Amino acid sequence: MRHTISLLVENKFGVLSRIAGLFSGRGYNIESLSVGETIDPQISVMTIVTSGDDQIIEQITKQLNKLIDVIKVVDMTELDHVEREMVLIKVAPRQEDKAEVLRLTEIFRGRVVDSGQKTYTIEVTGDEKKIEAIVELLKPMGIKEFVRTGKIAIAREGIKK
Amino acid sequence: MKMSGAEILIESLKKEGVKHIFGYPGGVVLNIFDSLYDNKEVQLILTRHEQGAVHAADGYARASGKVGVALVTSGPGATNTITGIATASMDSIPLIVFSGQVPTMLIGNDAFQEADIVGISRPCTKYNYLIKDVKDLSRIVKEAFYLAREGRPGPVLIDLPKDVTVSKAEFTWPEIDIRSYKPTYEGNKWMITQAAHLIAKSKKAVIVAGGGVILSGGSKDLRELAEYAEVPVTMTLMGLGSFPGTHALSLGMLGMHGTYYANKAVQGADLLIAIGMRFDDRVTGKIDAFAPEAKIIHIDIDPTSIRKNVRVDVPIVGDVKRVLTVLNKVLKEEVKEQWGEVRKAWLRQINEWRQERPMTYTYRDEVIKPQFVVEKIYELTKGDAIISTEVGQNQMWTAQFYKFDKPRTLLTSGGLGTMGYGFPAAIGAQFAHPNKLVIDIAGDGSIQMNIQELATAVINNLPVKVAILNNHYLGMVRQWQELFFNERYSYSHLDVVPDFVKVAEAYGAVGFRATKPSEVEPVLKEAFKIKKTVFMDFIIDWKEKVYPMVPAGAAIDQMMFEEQKEKPEKKLKAVK
Repeated sequence: MRHTISLLVENKFGVLSRIAGLFSGRGYNIESLSVGETIDPQISVMTIVTSGDDQIIEQITKQLNKLIDVIKVVDMTELDHVEREMVLIKVAPRQEDKAEVLRLTEIFRGRVVDSGQKTYTIEVTGDEKKIEAIVELLKPMGIKEFVRTGKIAIAREGIKK
Repeated sequence: MKMSGAEILIESLKKEGVKHIFGYPGGVVLNIFDSLYDNKEVQLILTRHEQGAVHAADGYARASGKVGVALVTSGPGATNTITGIATASMDSIPLIVFSGQVPTMLIGNDAFQEADIVGISRPCTKYNYLIKDVKDLSRIVKEAFYLAREGRPGPVLIDLPKDVTVSKAEFTWPEIDIRSYKPTYEGNKWMITQAAHLIAKSKKAVIVAGGGVILSGGSKDLRELAEYAEVPVTMTLMGLGSFPGTHALSLGMLGMHGTYYANKAVQGADLLIAIGMRFDDRVTGKIDAFAPEAKIIHIDIDPTSIRKNVRVDVPIVGDVKRVLTVLNKVLKEEVKEQWGEVRKAWLRQINEWRQERPMTYTYRDEVIKPQFVVEKIYELTKGDAIISTEVGQNQMWTAQFYKFDKPRTLLTSGGLGTMGYGFPAAIGAQFAHPNKLVIDIAGDGSIQMNIQELATAVINNLPVKVAILNNHYLGMVRQWQELFFNERYSYSHLDVVPDFVKVAEAYGAVGFRATKPSEVEPVLKEAFKIKKTVFMDFIIDWKEKVYPMVPAGAAIDQMMFEEQKEKPEKKLKAVK
């Protein structure tokens, strides 16, 4: 099963390599990974999407915890959480598809962030399903380039009723 | 007063109480070596190879319980330490390796003798550092010792660029706090109570003790548990010495070359109490068939060890000694069940297994059996010696036939299985215990992997003894080829083996040879009497194999024994 794991790590050189090395050295798979500073510049947050059965995921979280530079490990999949990913899609539609591209962008609450003579570059943010959906719909129009940030995730705050 | 990085380093080592460093000089560490020149408190022992230096530091650490220290130069000096570091890492040995590095300005330029040792050593160290500013040096050294020693111990590497050793700073010895490293020492009380209940209720319990018992200093508490609960104890290779091998409750080693009765007991047990061990594949054999009847209590300081290989019913994360202290208390106070009769039946059963297949070999008059040499060494030392081994048959015969009664008396590369470990490790141990008898039990293959350290032993007047079980083969490889590869001895015959007596003499050591069983005892006695480095070349029966043996991929009670050696059963021939 797929798990989204969020890590707080010391913002030092070599940390990414330690984490990547742990996954490669023990034969675990990284499906996506994103890293950025937190409000405290000494700490970075990493979001890793990985998959495996319960025993593997338990080992992954334990092994991550064991790394000296890792401060905290949270398996988001066990919590109610919000996930987002951003993609930039460069589409080169035929003349007759241009309107449809723009319409789809609007439906998916995306934005056109650049356009050339033959292309639009569209920015879309959302969870995995939404990203997958727009990619499927845009494919027939001719996707020229496609980049994605990798997933980031944050736990939801409970609301008292 | 401002000090150079090199001086700060030495000062920091003094603060950590370091007396011995094992090392080898080179271009970028010259400033450090220069600071060591006049120093009286920290002694550097010059080995003849950087791998030898790290193994010596490792042997020093295992024998003394202190952190071992090695110092080498950049590039090849640093890369030569990797086998030693990986050896220590697999066996959780606290070690600091200082490697020189090219000046910070040149890092990444493919400078002369540059290697990315921080990158290279990352997977086999517990942690590593590249120091970029001399102001961080003393703090990092302090952190490194803390990390190497605390929690599950392990090796830490510190990479020191040349300019950092030259630049100056005030010496400080700051308080350290590593927010991301807080090992769990105290076991969960509720879990410990559960464990106590299970132990009290069990009918067929077995304790499996590993290296963690020795590392945590928990031998006394282990003995208290075993004796109070009347539970027999088997040990992993790393655990030998954690419980007295001569104790009536000792079953010796378990696993691939374990005793028949230990493996039978584990397979028949209704409760395994695994303490400071990690269920290595050499211990468990076929994992699905391992201890099928048993509930498992697993005590370990490293949470990743728990449920990594086997299912666990009662996991207890914590320091072995502290957990056992509480467990013994709970067992004595809170659980009142009487188990005397039940335990007696189980111990009777185990004794039947013990009598059915004791740990034996066939003595012969005309040729030296390696087990006979090991037994004689045990007899003559009465167990009061530090024994190191190389890897292969020599290691297994030692584990089987030498009875280790005390912790830290066996130094062996259990996890990585490093040939060439034993001799430099013995040298390190002799520095830690100058008055103890230190013996490396070696093979003719292994000893040649770090034989250059004869010079280190001789120049330092170390009375280290090396007993070479010489069969002109890479014996364990040959054994597998005989049993599982239709006797196709592919590259395992060491056609040319040097005359070890002459080699020893060439280095200024003493050499003896024994070719008949009757010569074994006189040679050993003479060697132990001499206060010099001695090589003993025992020409042994080259056909001798290590038995019992569990073939790879089989359950640990599917063992092969000596009498089957001519015709191993077909079903055992499969090799994975």
